[in-house]
Amino acid sequence: MVKKKIIVCRCEDLTLEDVEKAIDEGYIDLEELRKKLRIGMGPCQGRVCLPIVMKILERKTGKKIPKESLPKARPPIIPVPLGTLASEEK
Amino acid sequence: MIKKTDVVIIGGGVNGCSLAYNLAKRGIDVTLFEKKYLSSGATGACGAGIRQQWSTRENALLAIESVKIFEKLSRELGEDIEFRQGGYLIMVHDEEEMKQAEKNVSMQRSLGLKVDILEPDEINDIVPILDVKGINAVGATFCPSDGHANPFKTTFAYANAARKLGAKLYTHTTVNKIRVKDGTVVGVSTDKGFIKTSVVVNAAGVWSRDIARLTGVKLPNVPFRKEIMATERFKLLFEAMVISFKDGIYFSQQREGQIVGGIPIPGEKSGYKTMPTFAFLQHMAKTLTRYAPVLKHVNMLRHWTGFYDVTPDARPILGETPGIKGFIQCNGFSGHGFMISPMVTKILTEYIVDGRTSDILEKLSLNRFKGKKIDREMSVVG
Repeated sequence: MVKKKIIVCRCEDLTLEDVEKAIDEGYIDLEELRKKLRIGMGPCQGRVCLPIVMKILERKTGKKIPKESLPKARPPIIPVPLGTLASEEK
Repeated sequence: MIKKTDVVIIGGGVNGCSLAYNLAKRGIDVTLFEKKYLSSGATGACGAGIRQQWSTRENALLAIESVKIFEKLSRELGEDIEFRQGGYLIMVHDEEEMKQAEKNVSMQRSLGLKVDILEPDEINDIVPILDVKGINAVGATFCPSDGHANPFKTTFAYANAARKLGAKLYTHTTVNKIRVKDGTVVGVSTDKGFIKTSVVVNAAGVWSRDIARLTGVKLPNVPFRKEIMATERFKLLFEAMVISFKDGIYFSQQREGQIVGGIPIPGEKSGYKTMPTFAFLQHMAKTLTRYAPVLKHVNMLRHWTGFYDVTPDARPILGETPGIKGFIQCNGFSGHGFMISPMVTKILTEYIVDGRTSDILEKLSLNRFKGKKIDREMSVVG
């Protein structure tokens, strides 16, 4: 398994190696890990990467992370052009 | 948990972590308690801007000295905090605003800051996408050494450096009592146990008033919910942070290419609610596309909430609490705690370690709200 080639977060282009390195550096809180790596802050809002990151973190620390502690996705659900949001049309 | 420490810091935001680092660097045994995770409050939700253009002398001084520290901070802490100086462009919309701007600039220049007043036709040299006529700009002020840094990376870099120097940082740990005996701090109770100490620093952001209440001290701070949004990333079009006191808007394009910005929420109320609103989004989108029409084609990705810990004069409360020896306030930053954190924590360190007070500490002490005329900071956005 080539950890440098396994993409975990497509928005930020982060690999399994990047995630494991940050965990080894001590970022074992899912929220801190997210802020350190910007995982879940791209267009997918973490829907693709966060469940995978959670699994990696659980495997590395041996601690179960409760589902409720997954960072919240922020509105809107999909990207919306600023022009549409600024429009008066309903 | 350990039983005894020189200084307890409550709050793991940028100010708490920076103070932990500065105290540890001076050889002080310091312990920090954070109820959630590091940067979980206002620090982690903030707009990341670093501005020296303030209307009150104390804020301007704190910011100018902080920028000097930010310039060398990545090297000092051994981690890149992504500090960048693209300047702050403050839009001026009418004669009255211009009068205030001239007053501010002359005070800022007296402190050695390089800041210019721009004519309308010079504005697009700094930010080409602005519709200068559409927003009725009669001018602007511009300070090229203002800028931006990554608040998460700055906080983590401070925390990591503090730990290396022996500081102990406990996350997911809640302080529930501060023990005071004969007007002096003697210890702190947490959900993980009791720790003996003679100094407690209240750096708990919007929760600072709850922490102060544990000792019976009433802080005038009020929490205000703020919203902020980020767009998708695209080619870099400008480097400056654009702000307007009249419209309350601020926005900048970050190094990775996304625009991050905010504006006051219509009908804003004080409180701790964190749900983002559509009213904000619509107001922000309308104002932002009026400022820079080309942005109407850009996708908005996400928006989130944070807090301003607002004091009656929009300036922080710093220093020892009258009547309680060893209880130090480091809060009330009113939306600009990140940008002045390096200098704030430097002067608090000098006070805690050397007992040295300063003009700024005197001016920003909790005492100032007792029946005196307040000198309000005018230059507030978001």
